[in-house]
Amino acid sequence: MSQSLEIGIAVVLILAILVLIFRIQALVSVMRGSYRKRAGLSNKVNAILFVVFALVGFGTFFWFSFGTEYHLPVSSSEHGIHTDFMFWLTMAILVIAFVITHIFMISFIYKYQFDENRKAYFYPENHKLEFVWTIIPAIVMVVLVYYGYRTWNDIFKMAPADRMEIEVMGQQFNWLVRYPGADGKLGSHSYKKISPDNQFGLILEDQTGWDDFAPREIHIPKGKPVLLRIRARDVLHSVYLPHFRVKMDAVPGMPTTFWFTPIQTTAEKREELGNPNFNFELACAELCGRGHFSMRYILVVDEPENYKKWVAEQKAWAEVNREYVVKTIKPEYKDKLPEIKVATPDAPTVAPADTTTPKATALNIK
Amino acid sequence: MSSTDIHLHQHTAHGHAHDEHHELPWIRKYVFSEDHKIIAKQYLFTGIFWALIGGAFSLIFRLQLGFPGANLSWLKPVLHGWIDNGGKLDPDFYLALVTMHGTIMVFFVLTAGLSGTFSNFLIPLQVGARDMASGFLNMLSYWFFFISSVIMLWSLFISTGPAAGGWTVYPPLSALPQALLGSGAGMTMWLVSMALFIVALLLGGINYITTVINLRTYGMTFTRLPLTIWAFFLTAIIGLLSFPVLFSASLLLIFDRSFGTSFFLSDIWIDGAPLAHEGGSPVLFQHLFWFLGHPEVYIVLIPALGITSEIIATNSRKPIFGYKAMIVSMLAITFLSFIVWAHHMFVTGMNPFLGSIFMILTLIIAVPSAVKAFNYITTMWRGNLIFTPAMMFSIGLVSFFISGGLTGIVLGNSAADIQLHDTYFVVAHFHLVMGSASFFGMLAGVYHWFPKMFGRMMDEKLGYVHFWCTFVGIYFVFFPLHYIGLAGFPRRYYQFTNFDAFQTFGDLNMFVSIAAIFTFAAQMLFLFNFFWSIFKGRVAPANPWRSNTLEWTTPLHPEHGNWPGEIPHVYRWPYDYSKPGAAEDFIPQHIPYSQTPSSNLPGEKDPD
Ligand code: HEM
Ligand SMILES: [Cu+2]
Ligand SMILES: [Cu+2]
Repeated sequence: MSQSLEIGIAVVLILAILVLIFRIQALVSVMRGSYRKRAGLSNKVNAILFVVFALVGFGTFFWFSFGTEYHLPVSSSEHGIHTDFMFWLTMAILVIAFVITHIFMISFIYKYQFDENRKAYFYPENHKLEFVWTIIPAIVMVVLVYYGYRTWNDIFKMAPADRMEIEVMGQQFNWLVRYPGADGKLGSHSYKKISPDNQFGLILEDQTGWDDFAPREIHIPKGKPVLLRIRARDVLHSVYLPHFRVKMDAVPGMPTTFWFTPIQTTAEKREELGNPNFNFELACAELCGRGHFSMRYILVVDEPENYKKWVAEQKAWAEVNREYVVKTIKPEYKDKLPEIKVATPDAPTVAPADTTTPKATALNIK
Repeated sequence: MSSTDIHLHQHTAHGHAHDEHHELPWIRKYVFSEDHKIIAKQYLFTGIFWALIGGAFSLIFRLQLGFPGANLSWLKPVLHGWIDNGGKLDPDFYLALVTMHGTIMVFFVLTAGLSGTFSNFLIPLQVGARDMASGFLNMLSYWFFFISSVIMLWSLFISTGPAAGGWTVYPPLSALPQALLGSGAGMTMWLVSMALFIVALLLGGINYITTVINLRTYGMTFTRLPLTIWAFFLTAIIGLLSFPVLFSASLLLIFDRSFGTSFFLSDIWIDGAPLAHEGGSPVLFQHLFWFLGHPEVYIVLIPALGITSEIIATNSRKPIFGYKAMIVSMLAITFLSFIVWAHHMFVTGMNPFLGSIFMILTLIIAVPSAVKAFNYITTMWRGNLIFTPAMMFSIGLVSFFISGGLTGIVLGNSAADIQLHDTYFVVAHFHLVMGSASFFGMLAGVYHWFPKMFGRMMDEKLGYVHFWCTFVGIYFVFFPLHYIGLAGFPRRYYQFTNFDAFQTFGDLNMFVSIAAIFTFAAQMLFLFNFFWSIFKGRVAPANPWRSNTLEWTTPLHPEHGNWPGEIPHVYRWPYDYSKPGAAEDFIPQHIPYSQTPSSNLPGEKDPD
């Protein structure tokens, strides 16, 4: 208690001293009549401070930008290479504009400080100049729009036919992931079927879902396009794979998609970064409540052979939950239930005409 | 013109009769006042109050981000149960703080506090009117804002806490009390408060627009309006067209929350049960929200730009460069601000074709913005610069407008935005271009018009110290956030310790938090200067900045009605600074050409 009293007294004293300094300063300026001058010493001091600020500021900016490793490692997806290139290209242009405009502004500030004996130059307009500096940014914008437009359309064009598909579902506060299994088809689902035993809300009677499996980590093979079928079952979430430059919201009632091609395995990334514990991570990028900051899921990129091996080890969801399935499924389907098989890696990864998975996606992968 | 003329004279006569007959009781003069100058001050004081709360909130969550795991029990006396027994901040309350910080700063400080203060104060004074078109509606506008403020403030103290779904209040999170603690009573209060706020804003806006169109003094044509007035006028128009959309969205959200409709909700299973809502779309809400939300950032910014135009011209002792170009760019920005909203939604699952359209439209808006920045800088070229505190803050604004505006170009690029969206890069961008730039516009305005508001001067030296601490502090806070964003850090995260990818930058985050505390503390200098000067400041001269606009022709303490005699007539534009041939380096707007034969340009003569 006495300590906080001391702190309190110290603060009061310091404030009193500051007020005193302020008063003396104000009185001195009244005595000197310096406020009657249009611009005094302060004008010069401020102009100089602007120059100092600019020099130190730019120095720090460049030192930090080029001297330290602050951004994410090179993109591990194909499209990410393009968006990163575009980002840095744009950034280069922006930094040039930033530096040039500030150099002009700061040098004017320094050079044209008030001088009683000079008169400012009456210069209300110059159409040529204005035209030029309207056109230059316009041209730069056209170039940027052109690149941006092409890159964007490349990213959102139809996913290639040899893609594989994975369902990613967000819920408060974790991710659930489902693979289509040997038939390459995700079983259909309805939010009304969701229960603690049936987290995906699978419609058990749909046979395409019988071989679906739900692993604890996402595994994908290097070099193969992956289409994420994204949904949410409570509030908005957003699938965010920072190392792959992937982000797409998960929207309840409106399935979305995003496809990308991994070009680096986890092992390769570990080697590149010299960090044997490195893992690709899936995070949530749309505020979804109290646990938003904790929605972590691991994603592993394997060499294709290893991926096949991994798939072979996975047990179908219906097999893991056999007891529940048998209990819940409509009686007429019970006899049809096969020994639910382990997924076979050689089967086609995507079914030709996909009718059971949600169609109403707003992202037209057509 | 002649019809306006007659109207004005009638108005003048009426004003006189009114003033002479009865002295108003205290409560009508200072509390339920219809005088635009008093209402402006009411907005200003309320805005300052909210700025302190909003700023303090950011400090608390910056403590959490900069010093994760630190013992915050010393905040228990203020935050009570939101700090647990181990001294940790509650994650729900973290989100509530972020949400309230954003809501308060955007709506209460930089919309009401900025437009409310300066549109009210300056429009009648600078166009030469005795008051707003309707003093009564204007009073009503403030009191609606006041009630809205009270409700929002009250929501901070309820047991489930205030709204916490982000200032964008996206459903379903904001619609379902079972999804988030703050989506219960706190969210209801948020919606009610915002609905009242919108009413306040529309009442104010209608007044601003009417006053500018109808009550300009003789000779004050649109091409002689100071750029401040153009800015306030266009801001009010944007508000009038966009805020009703938020009103509808809020109304529909209230319906979804309380009456079982399904505008924004569909296919939801939460808390162990499916909900009955079907067929709604959360994305629809986002369209409606951003249809207001993007224009809103210009509602916040344009008044600050207008204030800056005026201050830079005055203190460069030079006409603003490209007056017409400034107006045209503001018009262009006004128009374009309505057709870029979906750049906030590139990765929401909306059709990618829309994404490309909105990218194109967004990048177009960079052009008029660039023109404005160039014009500010050229105004200073070969000027005769006087660094008043207001001028310093205006220069600071130009710097923030450039550094923050430029990163908008990369965010507007939909392909690049996939990675940047909802990371700290966005937080850095909008704090510089919208938060800091507008905040500086507001401070510049206070320093510049303080003598007119209170008849006294603020202390200059203290103003300089305040400027340098704040300017440097803001760059220290927000520049590093770009790097944190590039490292992939998502926003609205309670802490970053759960991810390997976000383990870096603990030190930078700490630095940012310390800088934020420093910057906030520096604002105490301003508060001291402000309140001290109201009572003890040096008495102001009639026209301390040697400015051309009409407000400086009023008495030191203008009464309700502004000019004791007739309203001055206007003969020239407001930027005749350092005109060749003139004796002084400024010629106020009310000086006829016939009195300045030595400086008149060809064709400049008074109307007969
Ligand atoms: C002391 C000065 C300020 C500091 C230190 C500060 C800091 C922050 C930080 C770190 C966030 C991001 C939190 C997160 O996403 O997890 C944030 C959010 C935000 N800030 Fe500030 N800020 C300041 C002033 C302002 C001002 C002047 C504005 C006015 C526009 C503003 C508007 C916002 C908005 C709109 C958000 C987003 C809230 C949300 O995500 O719902 N801030 N602030
Ligand atoms: Cu989340
Ligand atoms: Cu926007």
